[in-house]
Amino acid sequence: MNRSKPRRTGRRHPLATVALIALGLVFTGGGYAAFSSSTAQAETVANSQQTIDEGEKLFQANCATCHGTGAVGTDAGPSLVGVGAAAVDFQVGTGRMPMQMSGPQAQVKPVQFTDEQTKQLAYYVASLGPGPDIPSDHLSNGGGDAANGAELFRINCAMCHNVAGAGGALTEGKYAPPLTETSGVHIYEAMVTGPQNMPVFNDLNISPEDKRDIITYLKYVQDSTPVGGFELGSLGPVAEGLFIWIFGLGAIVAITVWITAKSN
Amino acid sequence: MAQDEKSGTDIAAAGSSHAEHELVNAGTAVIDPDPFENPGFPPHRHRVTDENPKREKRAQRTVYTLFYLSIVGSIWAVAAYMLFPIESGDPTDIRLNNMFFGIGCALALLAIGFGAVHWAKSLMSDVEQVDERHEIGGSPETQAAAAKVFADADEESGFSRRSVIRNSLIGALLAFPLPAVVAFRGLAPQDQIPVPLLYHTMWRKGTRLALDPSGAPIKASDVTMGSAFHVIPEGLAELEHGKLEEKAKAAVLLMRLDPNDLHPSPGREDWAYDGIVAYSKICTHVGCPVALYEQHTHHLLCPCHQSQFDITHEAAVIFGPAKRPLPQLPITVDDEGYLVARSDFTEPVGPSFWERH
Repeated sequence: MNRSKPRRTGRRHPLATVALIALGLVFTGGGYAAFSSSTAQAETVANSQQTIDEGEKLFQANCATCHGTGAVGTDAGPSLVGVGAAAVDFQVGTGRMPMQMSGPQAQVKPVQFTDEQTKQLAYYVASLGPGPDIPSDHLSNGGGDAANGAELFRINCAMCHNVAGAGGALTEGKYAPPLTETSGVHIYEAMVTGPQNMPVFNDLNISPEDKRDIITYLKYVQDSTPVGGFELGSLGPVAEGLFIWIFGLGAIVAITVWITAKSN
Repeated sequence: MAQDEKSGTDIAAAGSSHAEHELVNAGTAVIDPDPFENPGFPPHRHRVTDENPKREKRAQRTVYTLFYLSIVGSIWAVAAYMLFPIESGDPTDIRLNNMFFGIGCALALLAIGFGAVHWAKSLMSDVEQVDERHEIGGSPETQAAAAKVFADADEESGFSRRSVIRNSLIGALLAFPLPAVVAFRGLAPQDQIPVPLLYHTMWRKGTRLALDPSGAPIKASDVTMGSAFHVIPEGLAELEHGKLEEKAKAAVLLMRLDPNDLHPSPGREDWAYDGIVAYSKICTHVGCPVALYEQHTHHLLCPCHQSQFDITHEAAVIFGPAKRPLPQLPITVDDEGYLVARSDFTEPVGPSFWERH
């Protein structure tokens, strides 16, 4: 007890206001996050006629300008009859569609629709013609054989996406995107639908279980701690060479100048 | 000015005057009667450590602190090796071990280096001195003595006199490297001339196209539009010997395009099957695997030097350093619907070699 400063009793600490505001923000934000995640979990989208009708409304409002009414395609966008729910879930779920602007390829951007709306769009497009469906959790959860997945990844994917999934350049501004943040569902959907210039890897080329192994390998790379220190984007000799030429040689030049300079 | 007594010539040095130049043995050189005067060294400027004892003490402290720091670094490296062992099998262990061990070693060496340089620059004598060059050859007496040693040795051993012994020794030394030549020749392919090997691959008429790496044969109906299959000849996956050598030549990329997009030249119309085409994956530039296939533009990109091949026009080179199109594997289907080769490649795959330009 500090009796030498009795004036301070009953008075607020100068930082009390700040602490109170911070506490309030934490509770509000935390409460909102808890609320929104619980509502997301509560949504289970059934492949019902109502879902398809909702999806059609969304499609007419947001997609029909380019893909045409009934998704039959126009000069500005391809027909979506028969692309399946997987293609829509990938393109809309990663924010590539609706496309922001024309260019070499559709860019990833913040997702424009909620999970529920994405599923409604996907099942509407799936109702137009048979196509690959959104994969089950079993196939996309990354619980397979990482070693087999790594071999398949090196043979089928690594030439474009880089052996560590860091992505790479293609021709004329196109590129294979990095897979370092991509979810298992989206990786699976990309393989079966072949978005943009990516080839299609159907189930007879890479079986569903093999696709599961590839996702397992990518999840392993995503989750494992890099043991080599700075990764420099995992891009290989270009990034590493640039780094050592600039910083390594720069340090050598600086030390040489210091050694040969006259002491004052 | 310095003078070399042995040669009797004068060497122009710092501070030499015009008169002394007349002593120089000029040979055939043209002597400028009014040459540029050697300005000599600039006036000596003392360092702060030479003038201020406090700064000298501080420099001394810095140097021995760096050397002590080096000792700390070495001891830390030993300690870090034990404190962060690579035992649990977790890759993070390797990172911690390497990082802390490396920091210790780097500190140990860098501190010695920086300490030594700082010592030399701030405390050791900084007066410029001139070390004159001297004749590279020894004195005539030394040279004569050396020559006599050789002559005596020749006389005593009889190297020149006993020519049979000498010649047999030379013969033995010449024969000695021969086993190495034979042994190294054994590393090269036996009973095979390399050039025909480069002209042929494992593909034969009727060989089924199989998936890499499983070796499962591929049906034409499996290859849907926009697909890219990485293909090896059936039977390659089961090879006991030379599997990689065969794969390096026979690897094929299988793609399905709209048949209307293909533009086959006369005589090659039946090399594709219903829009399914097979091209060698080995770049004709320096042999990298070309497999970056863009399913809409139908371009194949080589990741090494950015050569681009247009699959719709028989893999014609449209960009980059490759000189020839990728060789096409003629394919068809067998009775069971599996894709098979019509023949081997009709030209050598991969980069140029001496017999092929």
